[in-house]
Amino acid sequence: MLRTERVVDNLNGALHALFADDPRLFLLGEDVLDPYGGAFKVTAGLSTKYPDRVLSTPISESGIVGVANGLALTGNRAIVEIMFGDFAALCFDQILNVSAKSVSMYGRRLDVPLVVRCPMGGNRGYGPTHSQSLQKHFIGIPDLLLHELSPLHDSLTVLRRVLDGGRPCMFFENKPVYGERALAPGAIDDLFGYRFADEDRNWARVAAEGGAGTVLLITTGGMVSRALEAARTLLLEDEIDVTVMVPSQLYPFLPQPLLTEVARAEHVLVAEESTSGGTWGSEVALRLGEVCWDRLKHPVGTIHSRDSIIPAARHLERQVVVQAQDIVDGIRGRVAACTS
Amino acid sequence: MDDSDLHLLLTIRHFELALLRLFEQGRIDGTTHTCLGQEYVPVALRPLLTDDDYVFSNHRGHGHYLARFEDPAALLAEIMGRSGGVCQGVGGSQHLHQGRYFSSGVQGESLPVAVGAALSLKHAGSSGLALAYIGDGTFGEGAVYEALNMARLWDAPLAVVVENNHIAQTTPTDRHLAGSISGRAAAFGIAYHGTGSQDLSAIRADLEPLLRRVRDHGEPLVVEFDTVRVGPHSKGDDTREPAQLQAARDRDWHTAYERSYPDQFAAADASARGAVDAAVAEVGAREPSDWRVAC
Ligand SMILES: Cc1ncc(C[n+]2csc(CCOP(=O)(O)OP(=O)(O)O)c2C)c(N)n1
Repeated sequence: MLRTERVVDNLNGALHALFADDPRLFLLGEDVLDPYGGAFKVTAGLSTKYPDRVLSTPISESGIVGVANGLALTGNRAIVEIMFGDFAALCFDQILNVSAKSVSMYGRRLDVPLVVRCPMGGNRGYGPTHSQSLQKHFIGIPDLLLHELSPLHDSLTVLRRVLDGGRPCMFFENKPVYGERALAPGAIDDLFGYRFADEDRNWARVAAEGGAGTVLLITTGGMVSRALEAARTLLLEDEIDVTVMVPSQLYPFLPQPLLTEVARAEHVLVAEESTSGGTWGSEVALRLGEVCWDRLKHPVGTIHSRDSIIPAARHLERQVVVQAQDIVDGIRGRVAACTS
Repeated sequence: MDDSDLHLLLTIRHFELALLRLFEQGRIDGTTHTCLGQEYVPVALRPLLTDDDYVFSNHRGHGHYLARFEDPAALLAEIMGRSGGVCQGVGGSQHLHQGRYFSSGVQGESLPVAVGAALSLKHAGSSGLALAYIGDGTFGEGAVYEALNMARLWDAPLAVVVENNHIAQTTPTDRHLAGSISGRAAAFGIAYHGTGSQDLSAIRADLEPLLRRVRDHGEPLVVEFDTVRVGPHSKGDDTREPAQLQAARDRDWHTAYERSYPDQFAAADASARGAVDAAVAEVGAREPSDWRVAC
C-alpha cells in the first residue's frame, strides 16, 4: 500500500500518541522545544502540548540520560533524544552502568522504561563526528535492547512494545530515513512487495513477487532504500533475485523467522552502514552459523562501510559509507565467486 | 544523645569492624569501603528523612543503608553472599536497592539519576526530596556538574550530602580539588551549608529548616560535612602517615563520646557489639544465596 506519510511524521505521530496515552512519559533532549522541535523535527509539537513533560536540556548528554534513568527508576517512562547519535558515546556510562544494569543488578528485576533515540549515519556530509553508526558499540550489553528506525516498521508499535517491556532501548535513526516514505505491508513498487515474517511484526520481508530468493540480504532500517535499489538493479541487470529481511530489533538478535529463508537461499549476506570491525553484521553472521549451519550453503557474507573515519566532502564520504552500488558489487562478487 | 542514636551509631561501627575481620579471615571477597568515623552523618540525617524521600548512596554506603533500614543481618547476608541478602548477593557491598534506596559503585553517576528522582517527586506533587551522598574526590566527575546545573535550572528537590573526609582513596583533597566545594555550589547558585560538627542535635537543628526549603521550594542544597575517615579506604590500604592517622583518630566522634559519657557508651557498645556478633554467627551459617540469570 502506498502511503504519503514520511518516516519522520510517523515517528513524530508515534511520540504524540505515546504522550497522549501516558501522563508519566517524559522526553528530554537538547533544543527539543517548539518552534524548533529538535534538530530533525522529530519532537515537533510535543512541548507545546506537554510543556511539563518535555524538557529542553543543557548540552549534557551524560546528565540527560542520568536524569532519564532517575525518572524511569521512580515510576515514570522516559525518551531521550541525543541530538546527533555520535554523542551517545558521552552517555555510555549511564546507559551501560545505570540503565541496563539496574534491570538486574539489584537481584530482582527492575523496570527501566527508557528509550534513547540516536539520529545516526552518513550520506549527509556532516563529517567525522556527526555521521557515524555506533550500533556496534552497544551490542552485547545485558538487558539493553537495540532497535532501528525503518520505513517498514510503524514506530508507535515498536516504541510502545519497547516501553511496555521495561528494558532500556537504544533506538537508532538513520538520518536520511526521516525523509523517506513510510511503507505499509503490500506492494512497494512495480517489482517488490513486503509482509511481516513473524507475528510480532519484527521481521519485515521484502521480495519480488514469486521470486526464488536466491540471495537473502539481511539489513537494517537505515539501509532499506539502498538495499531495495540494489535488489532492483540485480534483478533487472543480472536476474539475481534478492529477498531483503529487515528487523526492527537488532539486538538481542531474533533469528527464528529467518530459518526458512536461509534454507531457501543460495547466498546469505548482511549489509549495514557501520564501519567494519566488530559489527552487528559479524554478530548476525556468527549467530546464523550457530543456529543454522546445516542450512547455509556458503558462509554468511558481510557488506559494510570501510574501516575509516567518515569524511565530510560528499565524494569522499561516498567512498567510505556503504552505498547501493557497494551492495550490488558485494552480491555480484559473491554469486560470481561461487558459480565460477 | 539518646540511646537509640547511640545504639545505631555503634551498630554501624561494629558492623564495619566485623567486615574488616571477615575480610582478614577470607570470608568475604571483593572490596569493602567502611565508613568508620563517618557513621554520624547518616545517623544525623535519619530523622530528617521521610518515607517519600529517595536516597542515592555510593561505594561507602553501609552506614547510609543501616541508618535507613536498621537491618544489619540483611546487609551482612548481601555482602557475604548468603541467603536473605538485600539483593540476593548480586549487588554486594556497593549495589544496593531497597524501597527508595539505590546505590552504585561508579563515582558521580548517581547525581543526575537523583535529579531525575527529584523531578519525579516534584511532578507527582510530593514533598519528598532526593538525597545523594558523595565524597570530595567525586567532585572530579563531570556528571556532578551536569547534575548540579540541571537541578538548579529546574528547581529539583535535591540535597547533595558531601562527606568531605579530605581524602579520595590515597589522594588528599588539596591534590584533586581546585577551589572549594562551597565555591562550586555558588557557581550554580545553589544553597550551601558547611559543618564540622559531629553533634547530632546541632546538625539536625541546622539542617531541618534547610531541608524544609528543599521540600517546599524545590531548591537544591549542598551540605558539606567536614568529616574524617578513620579506617582504610578499602580493606587494609591506608597510605597515610602515622601522624595523619593519629590526627584522624583524634577527631573520631567515637573516642570523644566514650570519654564524655563512659557509662552510657559502655552499655550501648556492649549491646551493639553483641547484636553484630550474633548477626555474623547467624548469617555466616546460612546457605549461599540463590539467584538465577533472568532471560
Ligand atoms: C568512576 C569511578 N572512578 C574510580 C572509582 C574507584 N574509586 C572508588 S572510591 C574512590 C575514591 C572516592 O573518593 P571520595 O569521593 O572522596 O569518597 P571517599 O572514598 O573518600 O568516601 C575511587 C577512586 C570508582 N568507583 N568510580
